[in-house]
Amino acid sequence: MEFKDYYQTLGVERSATQDDIKRAYRKLARKYHPDVSKDPEAERRFKEVGEAYAVLKEPDKRAAYDRMGANWKAGQDFQPPPGWDAGFEFSGGEEQGADFSDFFETLFGQRARQGGQRERRWSAQGQDRHAKVMIDLADAYRGARRSIALQVPVVDGQGRVSTQERTLEINIPKGIREGQHLRLAGQGATGRGDGPPGDLYLEVAFAPDARFRVEARDVFVELPLAPWEAALGAKVALPTPDGSVELSIPPESQAGRQLRLRGKGIPGDPPGDLYAVLSIVLPPARTDAAKDAYRSMAQALPFDPRARFKE
Amino acid sequence: MAGLTGPVVEEQVRFTLVELCRVCGADEHELTAWVAEGVLEPEGESASSWRFSGASLRRAQRAVSLSRDLEINASGIALALDLLDEIEALRSRLSRLGGL
Repeated sequence: MEFKDYYQTLGVERSATQDDIKRAYRKLARKYHPDVSKDPEAERRFKEVGEAYAVLKEPDKRAAYDRMGANWKAGQDFQPPPGWDAGFEFSGGEEQGADFSDFFETLFGQRARQGGQRERRWSAQGQDRHAKVMIDLADAYRGARRSIALQVPVVDGQGRVSTQERTLEINIPKGIREGQHLRLAGQGATGRGDGPPGDLYLEVAFAPDARFRVEARDVFVELPLAPWEAALGAKVALPTPDGSVELSIPPESQAGRQLRLRGKGIPGDPPGDLYAVLSIVLPPARTDAAKDAYRSMAQALPFDPRARFKE
Repeated sequence: MAGLTGPVVEEQVRFTLVELCRVCGADEHELTAWVAEGVLEPEGESASSWRFSGASLRRAQRAVSLSRDLEINASGIALALDLLDEIEALRSRLSRLGGL
């Protein structure tokens, strides 16, 4: 088990006051909050900061943590010394459901949970659960069957929590968009007593695909053209999430022009559109033949690409 | 084996106050305060007849996590969510201008 340096995580000295700790936490929590930050590391950092604060904000937990000594380094292999927590009584309990490290769980986890058991009505509906499911853009075009694995917390007779894997087969409906949710009735946590189970909400995300950019129901694909295709017009194969289609490029197309294929975006009522965003790629001029071709083009075409600079 | 099927929340589901509380983990008091600030805009005259659109789910979840994690009050939540919406709109304009 790795030692966690909670002071280092929050960027404060071991001598920091409770106010310093709160201020440091608030600042980092705002910075790394997953709803605010686009940093791919944000979620992990946010969890670490939350775990550090969960310990350091409570004077009794902080004191017990401090008693482990100041010589431990972050990441060092760690076993708690015997009796490290003698004489401390943790209140805890608010951290339920948070996904903290083994280090935290070993030191503060189970005790917090035992103390934090809440009185509940004997019959109650189970809690709703939330998970994400990653699909391909093509699945949104056609609909799909996807199997997803959920980690489900299970509490045993002694109140210990472990996780079990549960696999579900899900029908992804045609026309689903990124960020939308599917509600699966009765697939949440089991109820207590006669209470019915909760529901499972699945948030849909699209697996990244460098070819396509999606905006609501519209899909954009960059289509590279040779100069003569753009100038003379051509019929080219355009990849779409639903397979390749033949697209007519009108003569004298410029780079950046968007050709719209109505109704070829994500299906729906109304369906989205598919846009081919044209770009023009110059053939390399490495051989003599290629250089000659460019030279004869320069002679044949009276053309000034910078005409608009001249007043 | 037939797979599980469920409605698309954003298109086919509407929530009562009690249902939305349940799914996002807020209490009625908090949600009512957010409605008063315009964070969520249910149809219906009184709290007991409110119907929230399916799109309220994501907004309510964000409001819950921001208020829990950063201890932001109702008017701060309203401001933060409006600004986050604006940032998202600007980001998508930016990616459109950047070619793809």
